[in-house]
Parts: sequence; C-alpha cells; structure tokens
Amino acid sequence: MNDHVESPEQEEISGEPSSVQNGNFHQFISFKVGNEEFAIDIMAVREIKGWTETAPLPNQPDYNLGVLNLRGTIVPTFDLGCRFGMGSTKTTPYHVVIIATVQERTIGLLVDAVSDILTVSDDQIRPVPDMERMTAAEFLSGIITVEESMVVLLSLEKLFNRGDVTSATQIAA
Amino acid sequence: MTGSSFNADDLAQFKQTFFDECAELLADLEERLSSLQEEAADSEALNAIFRAVHSIKAGAGAFGFSQLVQFAHRYEALLDRMRDGLVEQNERVADVLVRAGDILASFVEAAQSEQELGEDFGSEVGDEIDLLLAEIDGLESVLTSEEEQSDENSDSEGVQEDQNKSSCTYLIEFVPKAELLRHANEPLLLIRELQTLGDLQTECSLERLPTLGAMEPEDAYLSWMLTLKTDKSEEDIREVFEFVEDDCELKVSAIAAKDSGDGSLSFQIIEEVTEESEEDQATGTLKSEKPGAQSKAAETSVPETNPSDAPKKANVAAPKAKTASTPAQSSGVSSIRVDLDRVDRLVNVVGELVIAQSMQAQEAEDRQNGHEFLMNQANEDMSRIVRELQECVMAIRMQPVKSVFSRMPRLVREVSSKLNKQVRLLTEGEQTEVDKTVIEELADPLTHMIRNAIDHGIESPEEREAAGKKGTGAIKLLARHAGGNIIIQVIDNGSGINKEALLKKAISKGIVSEDAKLTDEEIEELIFAPGFSTAQAVTDVSGRGVGMDVVRRNINKLGGRISVQSVEGKGTCFTLTIPLSLAVLDGMLVAIGAEKYILPLASIVESFRPLEEQLRALAGGGEVVSMRGEYIRLIRAHHLFNVPGAVTDPCQGLVVVTETANGGKVGLLVDELIGQQQVVIKSIQENFDPVPGVSGATILGNGRVALILDIEQLKSMPVSADNWKSSSSEPLEQQEASPANGEEQRTIAPEAMTDTEGMQVPATV
Repeated sequence: MNDHVESPEQEEISGEPSSVQNGNFHQFISFKVGNEEFAIDIMAVREIKGWTETAPLPNQPDYNLGVLNLRGTIVPTFDLGCRFGMGSTKTTPYHVVIIATVQERTIGLLVDAVSDILTVSDDQIRPVPDMERMTAAEFLSGIITVEESMVVLLSLEKLFNRGDVTSATQIAA
Repeated sequence: MTGSSFNADDLAQFKQTFFDECAELLADLEERLSSLQEEAADSEALNAIFRAVHSIKAGAGAFGFSQLVQFAHRYEALLDRMRDGLVEQNERVADVLVRAGDILASFVEAAQSEQELGEDFGSEVGDEIDLLLAEIDGLESVLTSEEEQSDENSDSEGVQEDQNKSSCTYLIEFVPKAELLRHANEPLLLIRELQTLGDLQTECSLERLPTLGAMEPEDAYLSWMLTLKTDKSEEDIREVFEFVEDDCELKVSAIAAKDSGDGSLSFQIIEEVTEESEEDQATGTLKSEKPGAQSKAAETSVPETNPSDAPKKANVAAPKAKTASTPAQSSGVSSIRVDLDRVDRLVNVVGELVIAQSMQAQEAEDRQNGHEFLMNQANEDMSRIVRELQECVMAIRMQPVKSVFSRMPRLVREVSSKLNKQVRLLTEGEQTEVDKTVIEELADPLTHMIRNAIDHGIESPEEREAAGKKGTGAIKLLARHAGGNIIIQVIDNGSGINKEALLKKAISKGIVSEDAKLTDEEIEELIFAPGFSTAQAVTDVSGRGVGMDVVRRNINKLGGRISVQSVEGKGTCFTLTIPLSLAVLDGMLVAIGAEKYILPLASIVESFRPLEEQLRALAGGGEVVSMRGEYIRLIRAHHLFNVPGAVTDPCQGLVVVTETANGGKVGLLVDELIGQQQVVIKSIQENFDPVPGVSGATILGNGRVALILDIEQLKSMPVSADNWKSSSSEPLEQQEASPANGEEQRTIAPEAMTDTEGMQVPATV
C-alpha cells in the first residue's frame, strides 16, 4: 500500500525526458492497447487484476468506465483505448485492469494485456519529437525501442491531471 | 514503568490527557454550577465542584500553568469555605461561582492553545472571590483559622504551593506499607540519604500506630511528611526511593514555582496527577451515582477500600487509561473514552466470528459430503455475528450528546446577559447517544440556533410581561432517538416567527416575488434562505444574515434535515433529524436499467406506479405526476444518469416519492425497488472528483459497487447536464434537453439552484 511512493526517478522521466543521465536504470510495465505498446513506471503500479464489471458514474466522459470495488476501496477506472481515441473497448474477462497510484489517488486502467517488465537505462529513453499541437502528445513522456518495436512511455500525472479538481476544491473551501 | 525516562513526546501526550480530562471536568463543573443557580447545592454537589476544580489545579500545577493554578486556587479556597458552611449560599455567591467557572474554562482553553491571556484576565472575578473570602474570614476569623489549619493539612499539596513560591522545594509524603520492613528496607536510611540531597525537614506521623497489644513487631506503622529544599531534580529524589516504591505510598510534589514549565518534571508526578484525578472521579461517581461519568469509572479501578494495595491499583489504572486514548492521540485528533463493556462485547463478537468462520471453512471442506444444512446454519450464524460486530463497533463511536449540550448553559448566560434578557435553559435527553463525528458537527449549528433563539425569539422582560408571560424566557434543548435518527429540538417560548415581517423582508430582498402566494410553512421556510435575518438591527450577537442557511447546510452535510414550526406569540421549535452515524446508511436498493442505486431510506416517502392520467408534461420540458391531488415533480433518473435499457414509461416503472431537506417532494422514476438494505458508505472522492447527484458508493453483496444517490443534488441537476456523452443520447432525451429551469422556480429553496455549493457532494466517511 505504498500510496505515497513517487520516486524521484519517475518524475524525472515523466517530467523531463530530455534530462538523461547515463547508467540510471528504470523499470516500466509495458502493456498493449489495441495494436500499440505502452509503458508506465513500475513504481506507480499497485497491482494487476482481471476485468470485473464496474458501476458507471453518471455524466462522465466516455473513457470513464465507472468505479470498481477493490477490496472495499472504490476505484475509478478508465478505458485507455478510448482515452487515446481508439473507441470504447469491448471488455472481456481477458482484459486487464492495472491498479495504479497517481497523485495519491488509486485508479484503474483498462488495457488489453500486460506484456512485460522493461528495464531500461536513461539513455535508451528517447524524447518524443515535437509534434504539431496534439492534445494526446502531452501525456507521452518518451519512447523506448524494444526489440525493433516502439514502446511509448506514458505520464500518468499528465494523463489524469488533477488541476481542475484542486481549483474546484479551493473554490468550495 | 516508574523508572523509565521521559521525553517531550511523553510530555505532550500527558498534556493531551490532562486537557482531555479538563474538558470532562469542566463539563461536569458546568453542569453542577448550572444546577447551583436553581437551588442551593448540597454538600455532595459542592464536593463534586471542589473535586473538579482541585483536579484541574493539580494537573495545571504539574504542567506549570501558573496563572491557571493561581486562579483555581482562589476558586478552590472559596469552595472550601462553602463546604465548611462558612458561606451562605445566595445569588451573589452562585453568580461568582458560575462566572469563576467560565474564567477557569477560559484559562484552560488558553493553556491548551498556548495563548497568553492578559495579566489581569479574570481579575474581576478573582477580586470578587477575594472580597468574599475577606468577608468570611473577617466574620469568622477565629473559627476559620482553626478549621483552615486542619483543612490545609489534608490538602497540603495545593496550599503549600502558594506559601513557598521562590525556592525549589519538594514535599514528600512517604507512607510505608506494613510489609516494608519485612522486605529488608529501612526508612531511616532513606531519610538519611535524602538529607544528603539538601535541607530536609521531617515530620513523623504516628497516626497509624496501633495500640501496643495490636502491634505486629515486623510491620511498619510510621509515616513521614518530608520537606526537602534542594537543587537536585525530582528524579534524584525518586531514585532514593527506587527500591521501596512497591512497598510504600510515595508522593513527591514540587512546591516551588521555579520548577514549573521547564519540562524536567518527572514522569511520576504527572502520573500521580492523573491517578489522583481519576480516583477523585471514580469516588465521585460512586457517591453521586451520576451516570455522566460512568465511562470513566468503568475504566479506572474501584475506589480503594484497602489502603495498602491502593498504589498498585492506581498504577494499573493509569496506564490503562492511557492506552485507551493513545491511538487517537497519535493522529493528533481528539480521543474518545469507551466503556469497557463495549470493548468486551466487541472482543466477544470477534471471537464468535472467528469460530463461525472456521466452521464455514470446515463445512466448505465437508461440502462434498452433502452437509448443506450445516452450511446454511453457519451462514446464518455468520450474518448474525457480522451484524452484531458492526453494531459493537458503531457503539464505540457513540457518545452522549451531553458533551455538546453542556456547552450551552454558558452560552445562554453570556448571550442573555449581553442582551439584557432573562433566559433559562432546560435540557432533556442528554444521554441520547450519537456518533462522535456527528456530535462534533452539531456544536456549531446548535450554538447558532440558541443564539438566534435568545436574540430573535425571546423578548425582553418588559415585553414578555406586557404579553402576559413570565419575565424569564425559556429555551428547551432536547434530544431523543427515533428509528435510525437522532432528533434534536430547540424550543423557545419567545415571540415566534412574525410571518408578515418575514414575507415583507423576503420580498424586499428579492427572494420571493411580490405576488407570490406562500403557505405558512413556506414562509417559515424562508428563514433558511441565504442572506436572511429578521432582527431589527444587526447586533453583535446575531443578525448578519449568515444564519440559518449555514445551519441548514451543516445539517445537510450530516445527512440530516432541519425544519421549523412556529406559533406567533407562543414560540418557535426547530427540529433537527440527523442519522445516528455517518458510516452506515439505511438504504433502498433500486434498479434503473442494468444499474443498481441506493436511495437513502430516510428520504423516501412512498412509491407507486402512476396511471397515465396522473402524468403530465409541462411546457419547458418538465414533468409532474399527481398524487392524491398533489403535484410532484418527476425526475427520470435514467435521463440524468444516461442509463441505457431503463424503463422509460412511468406507467411501467415505479415513482419513488422522496422528501428533500426543505420538505419539498420529488418523484424519481426507477424500474423497480429491490429491497431495503443497510449499507456501508464509501467515499468516491477519495480517488475521484465529486460526482453530481451521487453522495457516495457502497459495495453490494455480489462485490459490485452501487452508487448512493443524493436527492438534493438530483433535484438541482439540469437534465441537459449531459454535455459529455453525445454519442449515446436517446431520442427521448432531446425532448427534455431544453433547460429545465422553468419548473425549478416552484421550489422555494433558492440556495439549491444559485449556490454553487449546492452541487457539492456531502462529505462521507
């Protein structure tokens, strides 16, 4: 239950992929969404479980699948494929939910399959080239080449930005 | 544990214990003082007051709150004279006592928040006490001095404290137990040892010396009162007695002021203070048979009957009290005292649960053998135990409302004297229990309402007499249980709500339109509108218009409701209905499409399947359903929540009529009612943003999550809120997609719409 584990390495990578240091190794969990391979910092991952039905929350974006019960904790779950514009995932029992901790909140990420644990050094992480202003590009923090194929690193912090929330709570307070 | 070292953490902890105790003692004091105002106190009540003040003083002395100690000492002196019957109990004395109680509370508060009160704080009351004392002492000088002498001996600790302010002097009370000598200890050696530490004065007491015939040659009968002037610390003194501490009663107390506050006080003295006050309490409880202090008495040992084993017992009692409150303290929040009975029950039930669980495991193994009957048995047992377990745990959090109620007399005194009104406060049902969280949240609204009642409700004595009432107004505060709720009422016999003035004001403030026709109840409801106050002038007590709307919001936050009834000229009655606990909820499980939701049972009035002629769509997109001549707004839950596959024809589904906080009714269209269920409230906000219309979630028996609906918010949710899911819109939705504001004008609670916080999800556990 290391809710608060946010390793400095993780921030370094997700925040500024350009500041590379030789010889520092990081571990990532890679997973499949559609035909593409993504990875997130292993330190953010709490557990991986099979897909169970969620209770949908009203009036949320399509990629919000609602909440699931993780041993008594209510965990909001998101469809990554849908988030990336690949359309809503048709869930089967073979789909996988990655339970991750982002900014002290526990969330679930629906993915097609978990592939591997990658250990890479900093200099293997290539920055994402400057794109035209695409909204999606903001939460991509780097690209790793693994056996001829590309794995895109995700920054969960940017993907699930809490900026709106904090300002809302401030107003309420 | 007596020899253990002692650090700042411990000190903070002991301080916390002290303040916890002070709070209880002050509450007790307050209660007794208020009864004092009504009738002359008997010696029992006086003793209780005296003990409370004394315990506070003793504790304060240990932590070096010198201002508090000094004041408490004067107070105590006066009480002492009263106990001896030297002071006639009249109104003046009662008044001084009550005011002194308030000052004492302020001192404790200041000490707790580490604020400095001015040098002359409370000096007025202090002077009055001194004046009273001087009078008494002048009148009865001969008698007093003698009595005082004997008295001060019995209470040597406190009085000597004042006599010897500047030097570092310790008063050591050394009472060996009978077996001391048999354990190969020699008091003389100890006293000699003490002599090496500094200037020692000894006084030997022969009190316990029996007649020669009854004397056991090997028993110790002498005891000593030693006064030691030394530059050594208390620990050094304790060390001298290290080997005999189990064989004697030992009290070491610092008399000098120099020692106070430097943090070098030893562990033991603090412990002694707690012990002492708790013993005080325990005896007090037994004597007075007051149920209020029972939790405390249950925790500590029985008051000692056999002096020889008293210290041992006290030693056991003190750490026990500490462990009970430790977990809460470490997290920096207040602690609760729990009846030992309740903890025992909890332990028993958990034990049973373990057994039932193993039974079930066993049965699961045997299942192949077809023992289904036993399996059912185990299941039934299990569910019974789990329910009981939950009740036990909840009971631990339950506290009598007394802790809030007891703050009110002081408030009434302060406010009424400020406004030159005469008000009597009556309380009833103080022992009614409710969840600790609820109690904490109750204090503010109640304070507000009582202040309002005195300011707006109760008239001045002249006005009252002119209206043919008694000059003294009365406010009644009562609490009782009703189902899963606690009902708290604040009733005053003042002027009641002037409906005309109220309506006029509402119109002038633009809250109601001029030609609006409102029923009496609706007009009374207006006082909950924001920015509303009927006080003629803004006083420093109330009237700034941030009143009842805040109260209502606070109560709503607790999942409760507030309503008002008033008869002009006769008085006003506010009724609060609050769930007993914020952790569980009696809910009704309903189905909407494939989804299941929980509706708070408390807000459900009834449910019915309407006929076609009972339905009517209004222009502007709203819908109403008529029920026995009453038109109720119909909300299609599946529209708000975009649930596919739900029953869309109200004649096929069910309309659940729910009552909102302000008494308005709303009909919610659902597919069917599944059943009543007690649910554990889980927070959604822990991991996600607040979701409008949903106050929390719970986990159903099948492990799935069900959302708990918030009727208040549903009511104010525009149907067009669906700006996310454009893809899944149903044809019916377009009909209602136009802004539904038109029908919302019908409700007379404008805050629900205008207030942004209206959309906020109430806090859940």
